[in-house]
Amino acid sequence: MKQFKNLVRPYIIWSFVLIVVPLFLIVLYSVTTGGNSLVNIQFTGENFKKIFEPVYMNVFIRSFKLGLITTVLCLVIGYLLAYFISRFSEKAQNILILAVTIPMWINMLLRTYAWISLLSDNGIINSLLTLLGLDPVSMMYTDFSVIVGLTCDLLPFMVIPIHTSLAKMDHSLIEAAYDLGANPFKTFWRVVFKLSIPGVVNGTIMVFLLSISSFVIPKLLGGGQYVLIGNLIEEQFISVGDWNFGSAISLLLAVAILIMIRIMKKIDPDENGGA
Amino acid sequence: MKKGKIGSIIYVALCLAFFYIPIIVTMVFSFNSSKSLTKFTGFSLKWYEALVTDRDIVSAVGVSLSIAVIATVVSTILGTITAIGLSRSRRVVKEWLLNVNNIPIMNPEIVTAISLMILFSSMKIERGYVTMLLAHICFCTPYVITSVYPKVRSLDPNLANAAMDLGATPFQALTKVIVPMIKPGIYAGVLLSFTMSFDDFVISYFVTGNGVANISIIVYNMTKRTNPTINALSTIVIIVIVITLLVVNLAPAIVKKRQERKKKAAGLEDGSLIETEK
Repeated sequence: MKQFKNLVRPYIIWSFVLIVVPLFLIVLYSVTTGGNSLVNIQFTGENFKKIFEPVYMNVFIRSFKLGLITTVLCLVIGYLLAYFISRFSEKAQNILILAVTIPMWINMLLRTYAWISLLSDNGIINSLLTLLGLDPVSMMYTDFSVIVGLTCDLLPFMVIPIHTSLAKMDHSLIEAAYDLGANPFKTFWRVVFKLSIPGVVNGTIMVFLLSISSFVIPKLLGGGQYVLIGNLIEEQFISVGDWNFGSAISLLLAVAILIMIRIMKKIDPDENGGA
Repeated sequence: MKKGKIGSIIYVALCLAFFYIPIIVTMVFSFNSSKSLTKFTGFSLKWYEALVTDRDIVSAVGVSLSIAVIATVVSTILGTITAIGLSRSRRVVKEWLLNVNNIPIMNPEIVTAISLMILFSSMKIERGYVTMLLAHICFCTPYVITSVYPKVRSLDPNLANAAMDLGATPFQALTKVIVPMIKPGIYAGVLLSFTMSFDDFVISYFVTGNGVANISIIVYNMTKRTNPTINALSTIVIIVIVITLLVVNLAPAIVKKRQERKKKAAGLEDGSLIETEK
């Protein structure tokens, strides 16, 4: 059996070159000036100081707010959906979960593109509104369109882990709670919800992480002026060319997310007991 | 109780509508005879014709498919052997590697993307097809490892020894004993890698160059103006993915049924076959 130990070697080298070194480069770029030329390297704290300028701080705050709204929406809609699905027969549950999963596998850009034709000023929803004799509403390039796009894209990431937790639950526990005199609300809160916390934690982490760092949906549905962290990073690397500042933002984003994951995992009783 | 059931059915239906309306709209309007994305003026296949004659789109489909296939094959092999090796490694190596392996999964995609972009440019590798392929292998392999490793860990550690005591070479023990037993994990890894690579936008967008574009990049560039050709492309992609998923999800049920039938035909008691299935 000892022979197989060497099988990890290729990946140790691979992961060092393509995971560890690139991360190190981001750190290096974020504390230096001079962009791509490694010859005249100079250490500086300017890149991080620049982030705290109000223009950029606002981008962080807006991304955070939008991520929070999307996550809460996904949690409320997704929890209910997962809960209802978990009460169907096992066969129906499998089909419904497959139905929730399928959109996840379809190219996100293609699905976002479809929302443009639904939400635009002379789009399908507005045509329907006019048909009903109502005034058309301008929905594209607003917070609303971005949140709709993000929620549609990320909802499955919330539903699936929560459903997994709920499906594992022993249903006789609910009966036991009733038998012991708990009302439906108390039963839900103290028994059902408590048992589904691992799913809630995982779903929340996924949705928040993905929504706060997304840049395609805000760009397509929010228009050019809609700047979130992701768009800011893209701008620095693709159009502005300030790779050092772009690296500093990326590093901050990665660290912030890592800390949030740590905090969320603390809430998860499974994680605390296990590791 | 009855009333609650109807309520929950309506809610589930509404949520599914939320998921599927954009997809259905795309598919319907791919057959539209005019350029409009809101008014259906008549049935036509002209956007499909436009699709096959558009050289950029055809080459993008080629890029997406070839990268997805190569990245899947490489990352599946790399991920599987790593997962097997990991279960025999020292604890330090194991923990370190699993943590490093988690970085691309946990990191925001855009951070992984720019980290690779910086790497390629500082190594003076010209960005294009090769860099895109390397990047795809880089983000697919961790998913293969996370889906294969739990399966390897649940194996009896003496299995390979037993095979070798019975005269198998280490390679035979690997391919004939271990790999068949971790197949479900490997299949999950293959499916994940392929679809993630095929759908990827963010990482491809940053690490590509020289005009090499996959489907996502082409769509991103085309969204700046209305172009129903995208709908035609989407429809084909959606149909292919849905069929693949249905086959993958239904195949185990069919195989199981067939095994059951075989079991019945052989008149076996329950025990023996169930053992091997696990």
